[in-house]
Amino acid sequence: MTTVPAVSAALSTVAIHSDNLCRHYRMGETLIRAVDGVSLEVRSGEFVALLGSSGSGKSSMLNLIAGLDSPTSGSVVVQDRDLAKLSREELAKYRLHVVGMVFQSFNLIASMTVAENVELPLRFAEVERSKRDNMAREALERVGLRTRMGHRPSQLSGGEQQRAALARALINRPQLLLADEPTGNLDSRTGTEIMEMVQQFNRDLGMTIVMVTHERALAERYAQRMIFLADGRLIDDRANIPQPSGGGQS
Amino acid sequence: MKLPDLTELALRNLRESLLRNSLTTVGISVGVASLVAMLSLGIGLQQMASRRLMKSGLFDTVVVTSRREMRGMGREEERNGPTAGESRVLDEASRVEIEHLPNVSEAYPDIRFQAELRFEDKPHLTIISALPESAQSNDAFEGMQGSFFTSDTAPEVVLQKSFAEELLGKTPALGAPEPGAAELAKPLLGKELTLVYAQRASSPAQPTPLRPDTDSKDSDAAGASYSVISREQKLKIVGVSDLDPESMRGPSRAKVFLPLRLAEGLHVMQPTDLREISRAGSDHPVYSSISVRVKNPSQVQVVEDAIKKMGFTTFSILDASRGLRQFFGVLYSFLGIFGSLALMVASIGIVNTLVMAILERRREIGIMKAIGASDGDVKKLFFAEAGAMGILGGLVGVALGWAIGQIINFGTNVYLKRQSLPAEHFWAVPWWLVGGAILFSAGVSLVSGLYPAGRAAKLDPVQALRYE
Repeated sequence: MTTVPAVSAALSTVAIHSDNLCRHYRMGETLIRAVDGVSLEVRSGEFVALLGSSGSGKSSMLNLIAGLDSPTSGSVVVQDRDLAKLSREELAKYRLHVVGMVFQSFNLIASMTVAENVELPLRFAEVERSKRDNMAREALERVGLRTRMGHRPSQLSGGEQQRAALARALINRPQLLLADEPTGNLDSRTGTEIMEMVQQFNRDLGMTIVMVTHERALAERYAQRMIFLADGRLIDDRANIPQPSGGGQS
Repeated sequence: MKLPDLTELALRNLRESLLRNSLTTVGISVGVASLVAMLSLGIGLQQMASRRLMKSGLFDTVVVTSRREMRGMGREEERNGPTAGESRVLDEASRVEIEHLPNVSEAYPDIRFQAELRFEDKPHLTIISALPESAQSNDAFEGMQGSFFTSDTAPEVVLQKSFAEELLGKTPALGAPEPGAAELAKPLLGKELTLVYAQRASSPAQPTPLRPDTDSKDSDAAGASYSVISREQKLKIVGVSDLDPESMRGPSRAKVFLPLRLAEGLHVMQPTDLREISRAGSDHPVYSSISVRVKNPSQVQVVEDAIKKMGFTTFSILDASRGLRQFFGVLYSFLGIFGSLALMVASIGIVNTLVMAILERRREIGIMKAIGASDGDVKKLFFAEAGAMGILGGLVGVALGWAIGQIINFGTNVYLKRQSLPAEHFWAVPWWLVGGAILFSAGVSLVSGLYPAGRAAKLDPVQALRYE
C-alpha cells in the first residue's frame, strides 16, 4: 500500500477492511460469483479507484462497502463496523451518517427541487428545518449550484445534476464517499469538473474516496491507488501518483 | 423522520399522481359519505322518535299510586311491601312532598272521571281528564285547532277529535275517510258545553233526600262523613286536538280535557274517595294516582327510587325506552355495516393505488434507502400517504354525507308539505359522527396501507436502484 504525502496523517487508520469477501448470486442453475474472495484494506483519507471491465464485480463490491448489499461470506469492516453483523436499521444509519454515495445516473428524485434533493438525508437524520436550509445552501454553494436551488433535476444539465448529487452525498459530512462511475454519463469536460471536485473533497476534507470506474486514464489522473477486479476477484492492487489536473478526460 | 417532514413528503407524493390519488380519495369519500348518510338517518330517526316520545310526556313521567291500590296485583314488591294499614295515603301532603323531591319539576293529581257533557241539549257520556299547564307542550296539542287553556282555572275545554265528531254527529263509518280537525273545530270553537258531575262535599249534619228536580242533589254515602252533590259547570270549547294525548292509556283514555286547577276546584267525586273514607275515616281528598314530571328522562329511575322509599308504588315507561334504545342500537349496527361496505371497497382502491405507487417509485425508494432512509422511514411515508388519503377522503365524505342528508331531508319535507303534514328533521349529523367517520376513514386507510408500506420497506435497495 502506497501513501500519498498530502493525506499521510489521515492514512494512519484503516477505513475499509474486507476479508475473503464473497457475494454470490444464483440465477437458475448458474452460480454468479459477483465478488469472490476479495481481501483488501483502504486507509482513511485514501482515494481508491476500483477498475475492471463490465461485470467484473466492481459495483457489487461498492454496494457491499456501502451496506446496500450483504456478503454471502467473508466480512467487510468499515470504520470499525462489521457490516455483515449490522441490522437493517443500523445499516440505514450507517448509510446516513458514514457514507455518501454518487451514482452514474445521478439518482436525484425528479419530483423534488435541487435543494429538497440535497437536504433529503437531513430529513432522515431529523435535522431541524432551519439548520437544514443552511446546510443545503452551503453544500450547493460548495458545488456551485447556489442559484439553481429551486430548479427540478430535469431543468439541470448532466454535470449540474451530478454536482447536486455530490452536494447531497456531502450534506451529512460523511467520512467515506463512494462513487459509482460518477463521470459515466458526462462529457469529458464536465467529467473533469466533477472529478476535480471529488479530488478537492479528498484533499481538503480528508474524505476517503472509493470510485468505481472502467476508465483507467481517469483513475490514473485522480486516484492514489488502483484496484483491478476481474470475474469478482482482485487481480491487481497498485499505488498511483495522481497526475496534475489541466487535461480533459480521456 | 419527523411528522411534519413525513406529512410534507406524503402530500408531495400524492400531488405527483394527482388524478389517480384523487380518484382513490373520491372512492374513500363516497364510502364515508354512505356511512355518514346511513348513520345520520338512524340517529335522526332515533332523535325524532325520542323527541316525539318526550313531547308525549311518557318518558319523563312517573305515575305514583298508593300501595293500598296495588296489593294483591301479583307484583313482587307489592306482595312483600307494607300492608294496607302501613302504607301511606296518596293525599295532598304526599303530593307536595313528592313535588319537592330533587329532579322533580311538578307533581299533579290524576283527575279522571266519567261525566255527562251536554251540547245543544244532547247528553254525551265520556271520560274527562285534567291537564296541567305544562301539557301545553305535549305533542298532541302542537298542531291543534283553536288554542290551549287561557289559564289553569279558566272554564274552558279542549276536545279530542273523536269526541268532536260525536258532538257533531259526524262519526265516520268504518273505513270511511275521517273529517279533518279544522272542519270539526269550525262549528265548535267558542261554543258552550255543560258538564254535569258528582261533587264531593263535606259531611252535612243531616243527609238530605235526593231531589231530582233540583240542580243540587245530596246523598248520604253509607253513613260516611261526606256528601255527593250533583253540579253543573259551563265550559267554553277552546280547542280541538287532532292527535290523542292519551293514546297510551287504552280504553280508559279521556277525550275531553279541563284545566287542572279548575278540575281540582270542582271536587269531583273520585272512585277512591269512598274506599279511603271507609278505610281511614278522613274526609280529606285522596288521589288514586299522581303524575310526577321529572326534569330529565335520565333521572326517572332516581326519582322512582326516592318515591318508592316514601312508601308508594311507581310506574314509568323507562323499560319501554330501554327497548327503544336497544332497537336503535341494532338499527345503527345494520346501517353502519351497510355504510362501511362502501368504505371497505374503497380501501381496496387504496391498496391498489399504493401498490402501483411502489412499482412507479421503486427507484425512488432505492435512492432514499441508499442515502440513509430506514425501512421504518419508507414504511411511515407510505402510511402517511394512505392516512392522508383517508383523512382527506373522510373530510370530503362527511361533507358529502351531510349534503346528501340535507337534500333528502329537503325533498322529504317538500313531499310532507304537499301532503299537508308538518315538516320533520329526521337527519342528524352529530359531532361525534363527524369525528368518528374521519377517524374510521383514516383507520381503514392505514390498515389498507399496511401491506403496501411493508412491501415498500422490504424492497432491496440494490434491485430498486437498478429499476428503470
